[in-house]
Amino acid sequence: MTPTPLLTRKELDALLGGAARAWLDEALAEAAHAVPHPDTAPPDGHAVPPWELRYAAAGRHCGLEHADSVRALLLIEARAKLPTLTRLYEQGTAAERRAVLRTLPGLGLGATALPLVEDALRTNDTTLVAAAVGPYGAGHLDPHAWRHAVLKCLFTGVPAAAVHGLERRSRGDAELARMLRDYAAERTAAGRTVPADLHHVLALTAPGPAAPKAPAVPTVSTEES
Amino acid sequence: MRIFDPHIHMTSRTTDDYRAMYDAGVRALVEPSFWLGQPRTSPASFLDYFDALLGWEPFRAAQYGIAHHCTLALNPKEANDPRCTPVLDALPRYLVKDSVVAVGEIGYDSMTPAEDTALAAQLQLAADHGLPALVHTPHRDKLAGLHRTIDVVRESHLAPERVLLDHLNETTVTDALDSGCWAGFSIYPDTKMDEDRMVAVLKLHGTERILVNSAADWGRSDPLKTRRVADAMLAAGFTEDDVDLVLWRNPVAFYGQSGRLHLDTPAPEPLHEGNSILRGGE
Repeated sequence: MTPTPLLTRKELDALLGGAARAWLDEALAEAAHAVPHPDTAPPDGHAVPPWELRYAAAGRHCGLEHADSVRALLLIEARAKLPTLTRLYEQGTAAERRAVLRTLPGLGLGATALPLVEDALRTNDTTLVAAAVGPYGAGHLDPHAWRHAVLKCLFTGVPAAAVHGLERRSRGDAELARMLRDYAAERTAAGRTVPADLHHVLALTAPGPAAPKAPAVPTVSTEES
Repeated sequence: MRIFDPHIHMTSRTTDDYRAMYDAGVRALVEPSFWLGQPRTSPASFLDYFDALLGWEPFRAAQYGIAHHCTLALNPKEANDPRCTPVLDALPRYLVKDSVVAVGEIGYDSMTPAEDTALAAQLQLAADHGLPALVHTPHRDKLAGLHRTIDVVRESHLAPERVLLDHLNETTVTDALDSGCWAGFSIYPDTKMDEDRMVAVLKLHGTERILVNSAADWGRSDPLKTRRVADAMLAAGFTEDDVDLVLWRNPVAFYGQSGRLHLDTPAPEPLHEGNSILRGGE
């Protein structure tokens, strides 16, 4: 459920066969070519830029296990802005949506892409929920939304480890601790088990030494190495 | 026994159905886009439906150990509604998705000029996207509808072996098979075909290029009809290999022409612990 790390171009090149590597070369060239054009919806509403078709077909050409990495590289190469990302997310399969969510930290968007994260957190697809609590969501969700995201992970079986920066952000969060205790009490009253992760997160909410100031949201490297 | 249901509308079914299907041997299915029982009034409502067939429904199926693929199209009935036809312009964007294994259901409902246009246009879309096509034959005036369908397929750029003619029966099976297309049969509790008639068709026409589906949807239908046919085949003296051909290898061969079938969905966890379909807190 916790996704495997995104691979760099160099790592992908080492793993892909000749045909897939050639396909990726062409796809990235098309994405780079798309950069100078205004980042708006296609003029007639339906014509699809070639690199976006590549975005959809990435798994078939480079292997489903590499689709997230290839899609992330395409988004970075195209320097995709919010309108494009929103379109790719809204018209994407679950896997395409997941790749958008995972790439958000590398695109210099500030908090503007938060509606995509909020959409993913409203779904019950655990692959999307897990991607939504990655570095971008964890860095930008407000405290209330973040606590509900953590609770939703516990509800839906997404490992707490999927929540980026969980330890730092949980520390001293009395409201999160209350929500966790209430949830545990509800489970116990119903004669159900309490998820092991709940105890783990609850322990993290203990007040500790003053938490360091939140670091900037990490970025996905655009370098080839 | 492994079963591939090549035509079932899981959007209309419950998780109990998924579990029962898994227990009966169903490990893969194709969900064609179709009429929802309630008319749509805009392309946007099609797109939401397509999104569900590409995201939520495969997730739901995977929780129960079943690989989910879909076919996308403007269905014959709504091809007659000008509020819906603009979805044809949006289809190319969706036909490139990984789990789309055909264009469908297309075909005839009332055999109108609007249906002619939509059928021909979507057969061309299938050819353009390297996809096969799932073609529904009409409920009313079925034999004439089949002949007109075969004519349109012949005029298209799609080879007959990339076309599955569905909802066939005793009156249409011969011409369908003679056309070179694949032949699909929907097994229903009351209408369409039943399992014993299906076995009779298989005895007469053999097991090559024949697919059997439940076509279960929001109406009176049964998602376990594929298994019922398998049992009826064995009872009638067909071998397990015959059953495997009709209920697994034939649908794999037909939809496999898309190059997009992935059938390695892991088995479900025994207790479904942490299954978000349970909505949490259960």
